[in-house]
Amino acid sequence: MTAMQDTAVTGRARRGIPDRYKAFIQQGMVVLVLIVLVIFFTAMKPNFASWGNISSLLLASVVTGVQALGLSFVIATGGIDLTPGLGMAVTSVFGAVLIAQQGGFGLPMWVGILGCLAAGALLGLINGLLVAYVKMQPMIATLAMMMVCWGGALVLADGRTVSLRSIEGYDQIAVGQLIPQVPNGVLILIVLAVIAGVVMNKTAVGRYALAIGSNEEATRISGINTNRWKVLAYVICGLFTGISGVLMSSRLSAAQPTLGQGYEMYAIAAAVIGGTSLRGGRASIFGAVIGAVTIQTIFNGLTVMGVQDQWQKVVLGAVVLLAVYVDIMRRGGKEE
Amino acid sequence: MTAPGTEAEPAPTGRAGEILLEADGVSKVFPGVRALNDVSFTLRTGEVHALVGENGAGKSTLMKILSGLYQHDGGEIRLRGERIVLPTPLSAQQMGISVIHQEFFLMNHLTVAQNIFIGREPKTMGFLNDDAALNRQAEELLDRLGVNIDPRARVSTLTVAAQQMVEIAKALSFNSSVLIMDEPTAALTETEVETLFRIIGNFLSPTTAVVYISHRMEEIRKLSTQVTVLRDGEFVATKPASELTIPDIIQLMVGRKIASDIRPEPRASTEPILEVKHLSTAPLLKDVSFTLEKGEILGFAGLMGAGRTETARALIGADPMTDGEVIVGGKPVKITHPADAVAEGIGYLSEDRKRYGLILNQDVTANTVLASIPAFTKGGILQDGKMKQVAQKWVEVLRTRTPSVNQRIRNLSGGNQQKVVLAKWLERDCDVLIFDEPTRGIDVGAKQEIYDLLDKLTDEGKSIIMISSEMEEVLRMSDRIAVMCNGRITGFLDNSEATQEKIMELATQFSVIEDNTSEVQS
Repeated sequence: MTAMQDTAVTGRARRGIPDRYKAFIQQGMVVLVLIVLVIFFTAMKPNFASWGNISSLLLASVVTGVQALGLSFVIATGGIDLTPGLGMAVTSVFGAVLIAQQGGFGLPMWVGILGCLAAGALLGLINGLLVAYVKMQPMIATLAMMMVCWGGALVLADGRTVSLRSIEGYDQIAVGQLIPQVPNGVLILIVLAVIAGVVMNKTAVGRYALAIGSNEEATRISGINTNRWKVLAYVICGLFTGISGVLMSSRLSAAQPTLGQGYEMYAIAAAVIGGTSLRGGRASIFGAVIGAVTIQTIFNGLTVMGVQDQWQKVVLGAVVLLAVYVDIMRRGGKEE
Repeated sequence: MTAPGTEAEPAPTGRAGEILLEADGVSKVFPGVRALNDVSFTLRTGEVHALVGENGAGKSTLMKILSGLYQHDGGEIRLRGERIVLPTPLSAQQMGISVIHQEFFLMNHLTVAQNIFIGREPKTMGFLNDDAALNRQAEELLDRLGVNIDPRARVSTLTVAAQQMVEIAKALSFNSSVLIMDEPTAALTETEVETLFRIIGNFLSPTTAVVYISHRMEEIRKLSTQVTVLRDGEFVATKPASELTIPDIIQLMVGRKIASDIRPEPRASTEPILEVKHLSTAPLLKDVSFTLEKGEILGFAGLMGAGRTETARALIGADPMTDGEVIVGGKPVKITHPADAVAEGIGYLSEDRKRYGLILNQDVTANTVLASIPAFTKGGILQDGKMKQVAQKWVEVLRTRTPSVNQRIRNLSGGNQQKVVLAKWLERDCDVLIFDEPTRGIDVGAKQEIYDLLDKLTDEGKSIIMISSEMEEVLRMSDRIAVMCNGRITGFLDNSEATQEKIMELATQFSVIEDNTSEVQS
């Protein structure tokens, strides 16, 4: 009623900077860290900056990048999915068994690719149903499903690597170069990132996923079938897991049932480094890709410098801690 | 400054009537709201001092300052004559000031004894918890209070009343001299209230005192020795309870007679838009039936826990109903999920906006369109420009004060947040709006605006169910009033015949004659 009250309602953002710029600033920070790392490694070993090395570094980022894209939707809803790593193993083996000449059904290549994607989507569907309708905790449900994938991959492949060398053109999916000097896998990652960015920011899917992650009950009361949209987020994540399965087996010209363990950790780390909050309600598609590239830059750069593999993982852990700490500082040490 | 009516000489130590805790000219300003202005409050040993006032009068703020949760901006606080600072709730606790909040701070999975002595467990050999000693000490405390609770029981297995006793025992274990209770009887049954009063009596000694915050006049008259009234953040009076009648207290609280002449003209409508028949839920609601006419405000009155919010939640499908029928615009509908209710044009504005109404970290636009997303998608893509336009339109229509539609909701005041929730439902074109405590946590000026809005909405043909615990609000806004008690509707009152007394009578009608429960229709 008085002058006081009018100032009450102007609702200025805390600490001056409007919220929408903060997001840009944070994205800028993530890119800045990556640039600093590149400059550092180049200064230490000029070879690092050779195009050959950079392009192999980018190709190595593709699998984690694709998985992090899908995972962003689940994390946006406030959930988590631990299946991307071994999900990649089981889907790639499934696809490979469909098309392999030896130890497989020898079906056309496109059947294998679709089979791999369908298997991923099915895995996501199961995860989603367990979380949304059976009301299991995402961590536990997907941990159990991760183990199912682990064993499933070994069963499907009969414990061996399924070779795809005899499938003509299969390796071209990831390592071929439609654009000279740029592996197709990198192109695919960029295209998928654009699609995921549109879905996250410009469609109902992303809108509802973020709303659910921020306040599920308020979203439900607003008349939105939150369970259905949650399931969809897991299906998207599973689909991207399947895509990563195709890319991985293409890159190796083989499907290895044991390859994938720990990849879910890289995907989560990529999302976190990129500024996605594990509390849900906030996700950055651009950040997830940059996060994946950052992780490979650390691995690749340290390898070029001759740092042992074990220490590379320690460094990565430290970087993740730093990213989470920066996120907490950004929020002024408060719960969002 | 000392409150009037308390000018006795301080008694020697250990005698009742000595000044224990004083707030002297205390002020507290929140961004934009002066919650407390030069308020003084004197608590003497041996007394139960009631702190009363309407919602927003400043009781809770004062209590939070005295318990170290908030820092005051002006004035000072003295304990036994010495100036004290209370930077944290822990420091208040250590000085012997304990608070029993409306929500308890107990760890549900631990036992009673573990809760009482959390962080202060008796040890053997310096580090092992001594459970036997723990339980013995807890038992002694509970005995001193005269309550019969097993110290080994898990807190989650106790009733609300028993949990409250555990909180009191905890306060006692700190040797607290001041016990501040915020609406302690809100969730208690009648017999439990009597037990609570006995226990407050057991707590009182010539060195202790109780501050009792309550809306229930009868309790205040029965229990307290002094009454301090606050209004709009200002000190009004401190008087001995024996000198005050209930109308006196109400008069001091509201500062004006509750006017009956500002009531709305009764709206002549006989077109039922929503009928609810025999609605029941486990365990609370029993056979709730009512009809909402087009263009009216149907007020829902009752004490806390009477089942009004539960009725609304079951009606919109947020909670399952065990029995009942809902008829919208003449045809029966099945509502099992809030999406069904929204499809039928029923929108619910929760009392707890932050939890059930808003996406706090998203902006005004996102919150405005949340329930209408499909209308804003073209070829699967959200139309940002259109969403902003619509949000802007509602900001102007409802006069929401926000720098822009890009502002995050968390930065708006309560009244403006409420308007954004309203905009969400209006954009979704809901014809039935259920307002649960529409003005809770909203300051006095913004309240009037919300009232004007409700009137305007009904003029435009919207029908409103308004759940409110503020008697004045119910009387002033409703065309008809449904009163609930203990999960049932105990009666309907027309706006012309309703009085505070009649509502109170129905709201406390715990034992209902069986045969008139379901058939009460206005």
